[in-house]
Amino acid sequence: MSARFAVGARVSVRAAFPPGHVRTPFFIRGKTGVVTAILGPYHNPEELAYGRSGEPALPLYRVSFHTADLWRDYDGSTKDSTVVDVYENWLDDASGEKN
Amino acid sequence: MAEDHTHDHPHDHKHPHPFQPDLEDKPLTHYQAMTEAVGELLIEKGVITGDELRAMLELIDSKSPAAGAQMVARAWVDPAFKERMLDDVLAAAEELGIDAGGIPIRAVENTPGVHNVIVCTLCSCYPRQLIGLPPDWYKARSYRSRTVREPRKVLAEFGTVIPEDVEVRVHDSTADLRYMVIPERPAGSEDLDEAALAGLVTRDCMIGVTLAKAAG
Repeated sequence: MSARFAVGARVSVRAAFPPGHVRTPFFIRGKTGVVTAILGPYHNPEELAYGRSGEPALPLYRVSFHTADLWRDYDGSTKDSTVVDVYENWLDDASGEKN
Repeated sequence: MAEDHTHDHPHDHKHPHPFQPDLEDKPLTHYQAMTEAVGELLIEKGVITGDELRAMLELIDSKSPAAGAQMVARAWVDPAFKERMLDDVLAAAEELGIDAGGIPIRAVENTPGVHNVIVCTLCSCYPRQLIGLPPDWYKARSYRSRTVREPRKVLAEFGTVIPEDVEVRVHDSTADLRYMVIPERPAGSEDLDEAALAGLVTRDCMIGVTLAKAAG
């Protein structure tokens, strides 16, 4: 299975709020970041949690966000970043968005 | 108060001191009860023996930060090993005869410009094979929520003040990987051998809430 996004790609996390076992933290939903690594195929935890096979496996990415983009009143440095592991089904292409 | 309390009066010592509760004094949680029940069933049905279960618990309890510290010390003295470790922690561990288990682990390296810190906001994922059992605070909601929200304040509470011109990079291990930090080698540690260097590498600095201990 090939990964849809390359290292360096700008991606946005879907602003979705489905019920169930979801491994995408709320604080990155709807936010835009950059792929810093492709970790390979991993079984889908949203399926595994309910005793299903988790297949097809999904590419898992490391996505880096500016921490100041995640929190409206973040009081750290503008250099600070937050890196989260995100499964491909949560990511949309954001290459058209301004940095 | 002690001065005017002379103890020359009858004293029957029936103060109601609160006792520390025994483990059994609190009701089992749902998951504790389920764990006990599944364990008993597995033994009853002959899937595992009680001794195997005990041995596995002993193995888990025996894991300590020593393995991770040994790897960090090697990475400090051997840049090629460090590159291999950054590329594949499990394979690098195997080189040192360390069983890092089967769960993928990634190492992230502190540099003069970047300080890394690890959190698992959704639960408490942790590289137990290499740094032992997680401390209670790592699993606490306050650490899990605040480390992403105000990492510099959390670090400062651990005594780790990161300068403004250094990037604080928070890693949230939300998925299948575990993370550990390779801290910076402390200044003044040039003359130390690998074993002494490993002694500077604590659990907390491999989580990223502190720096490695100062040399000397």
